[in-house]
Amino acid sequence: MSDDKKTPEPHNAKKAPLLDINGAPMHWLVRPTTIKLLWLGGIALLAFVTWLGTTVHPHATFGIEGTLGFYSWYGFATCVAMVIFAKLLGLGLSKKDTYYDK
Amino acid sequence: MTSDFLISPSFILIFGAFLLPVVRGWARSALVLALPLITLGAIWQVGDGVQMTTQFLDYELELIDGSNLSRLFATIFAIMAFAGGLFALNQKNVIELSAAFAYAGSAIGVALAGDIITVFMYWELMAIGSTMVVWSGRTPAAGRAAMRYALVHLFGGVVLLVGVIAYIQDTGSIDFTLMGANSFATWMILIGFLINTGAPPLSAWLPDAYPEASWSGTVFLSAFTTKTAVYVLLVGFAGEQILIWIGVYMIFYGIVYALLENDMRRILSYSIINQVGFMVVGAGIGTEMAINGAASHAFTHIIYKALLLMSAGSVIYMTGGKRKCTDLGGLFQSMPLTTIAGIIGALAISSFPWTSGFVSKSMTNQAAYDTEMMVVWLCLMAASAGVFLHAGIKFPWFVFFQKDSGLRPKDPPWNMKAAMVLFSFLCIWMGVQPGPLYALLPFPTDYQPYTSAHVYEMLQLLLYAGLAFFVLLPLMKRKLTITLDFDWFYRKLAVDSAASIAVTISKLLGGCVWVRDNLVNAVIDLASHHHNPKGILARTTPAGVMMFWVVVVLFAYLVLYLFV
Repeated sequence: MSDDKKTPEPHNAKKAPLLDINGAPMHWLVRPTTIKLLWLGGIALLAFVTWLGTTVHPHATFGIEGTLGFYSWYGFATCVAMVIFAKLLGLGLSKKDTYYDK
Repeated sequence: MTSDFLISPSFILIFGAFLLPVVRGWARSALVLALPLITLGAIWQVGDGVQMTTQFLDYELELIDGSNLSRLFATIFAIMAFAGGLFALNQKNVIELSAAFAYAGSAIGVALAGDIITVFMYWELMAIGSTMVVWSGRTPAAGRAAMRYALVHLFGGVVLLVGVIAYIQDTGSIDFTLMGANSFATWMILIGFLINTGAPPLSAWLPDAYPEASWSGTVFLSAFTTKTAVYVLLVGFAGEQILIWIGVYMIFYGIVYALLENDMRRILSYSIINQVGFMVVGAGIGTEMAINGAASHAFTHIIYKALLLMSAGSVIYMTGGKRKCTDLGGLFQSMPLTTIAGIIGALAISSFPWTSGFVSKSMTNQAAYDTEMMVVWLCLMAASAGVFLHAGIKFPWFVFFQKDSGLRPKDPPWNMKAAMVLFSFLCIWMGVQPGPLYALLPFPTDYQPYTSAHVYEMLQLLLYAGLAFFVLLPLMKRKLTITLDFDWFYRKLAVDSAASIAVTISKLLGGCVWVRDNLVNAVIDLASHHHNPKGILARTTPAGVMMFWVVVVLFAYLVLYLFV
């Protein structure tokens, strides 16, 4: 066997652990695989609560409440609107945080 | 003086505040914990109606006038003083603790007062106590913020005093009861009260001053001023329609400004205005359900907002003063208890089912629904989602998660952890068992928060708000910025205008030889006479001494008029 021939890695070889900013092993909660799972679980949860909302039929005083998945779309849409409004306001009113120190 | 009490419960904390600097070590710690508990015991002895009066000029002041509403607010103020004191046991600056206790005692005094003069007296003591808490931050920024804070609140006090005098002249009565905004006097009183809620246009005093206090000072500040203002609105102006729209403005102002903010305690300060907005709306709707909603919301809000600020204070305490989101992140790895406390507070402020916010704030939403105010109800529902966005997720996300800052501070000392555990427990306990809270409310209620429909609705609203946060995360990235507010007029425009006027005048005067040789020199000589190193006006006296003597004089005045 020649010296330069590489030996194959064993099947059970451990991958190098992911490291955080300090060079320590990354916390399990912030590993990419965990984050992917959290997204999948979150989307499933969103679908579940929207479905739950369709299983009850409370008396709707206001017509808009009767629209499909009202609380789901209303929560999402109003939050998007508030973020966009805040960004637009920030275009005119945001200053460096040393503004008043001058 | 007639009394069923030896002294008013408020005096226990106010007098006790002056004892704190006298004792040291374990005795001070024991006093810090005992005074609020003794006060709480005294509050629970207060029955309905007038319990303690004293003569002042031609008026009979009602120092204690008990009701369900006044006991509810006094109770939570005492609980807050206890938990705040427990959290602040490591605070070496005893002046801050003394000021905080005098401040808490004054808030209890307002809650128990039965006449408008007593309300005003305690109102001003609160302004002094809270100013000293801000000033106790002991940084140049804290000193400047304390001065601006004092100016706004003294202005509010003057407006209130004008209203009180006019009201007494108009009616001949000093009773503090439902008055409604129907005359110059009552409008002045309403404006004086609203300034303390953080209502527009002077909202900026709150996020300007509170974050400049120390790691423990902000915890106290979050509780008393705005909530006493809610209490007096509920007593004096329940059902005043304009409050609905002022409250709606405050709700969205708080959300939008918090979304743009980088400083974690400023985020939470804007959030106070947002939450108080819900209570002001409740006061404006004015039905029994709405008043119950506003009162219970004030009770639960004091607890979960203090909890959030305790977790923020712990971060500041353990990181040596870091408070900007851009400097923080990843702290959950080394501060698990602080992170959990912050998350519980965040869930409670968002009205998540099984937390205290769910069983309290939703009563105001229900009141708007029951009275068929569709636009108001839609605003409140949007705002409920917005609370989760700006405080429920943004605060814990940017402080404890997001990018890893590399910081690995440990959880804070035992007493700070104990205070957070106590309030975390209360947030969940009241959410799961709302009965004891409902029993304290001003009106009997059979409100059932835990219907399937209500739980599903809130879960949808909040979880989809969470989705919006993470989808829009690139837009939420924090920068080293502030957002200009109404305070720009007195912090920038007024200062720059004064400076340019001064330059113009000096140029004009400088061009006139006679003025330069005579008038200016005479002014300089006069100034030199008083301000030379031995001049009376040149002695260096710390601002704290001045504030101390102001408090002593006011306190002496209070004692004189009560007992002489």
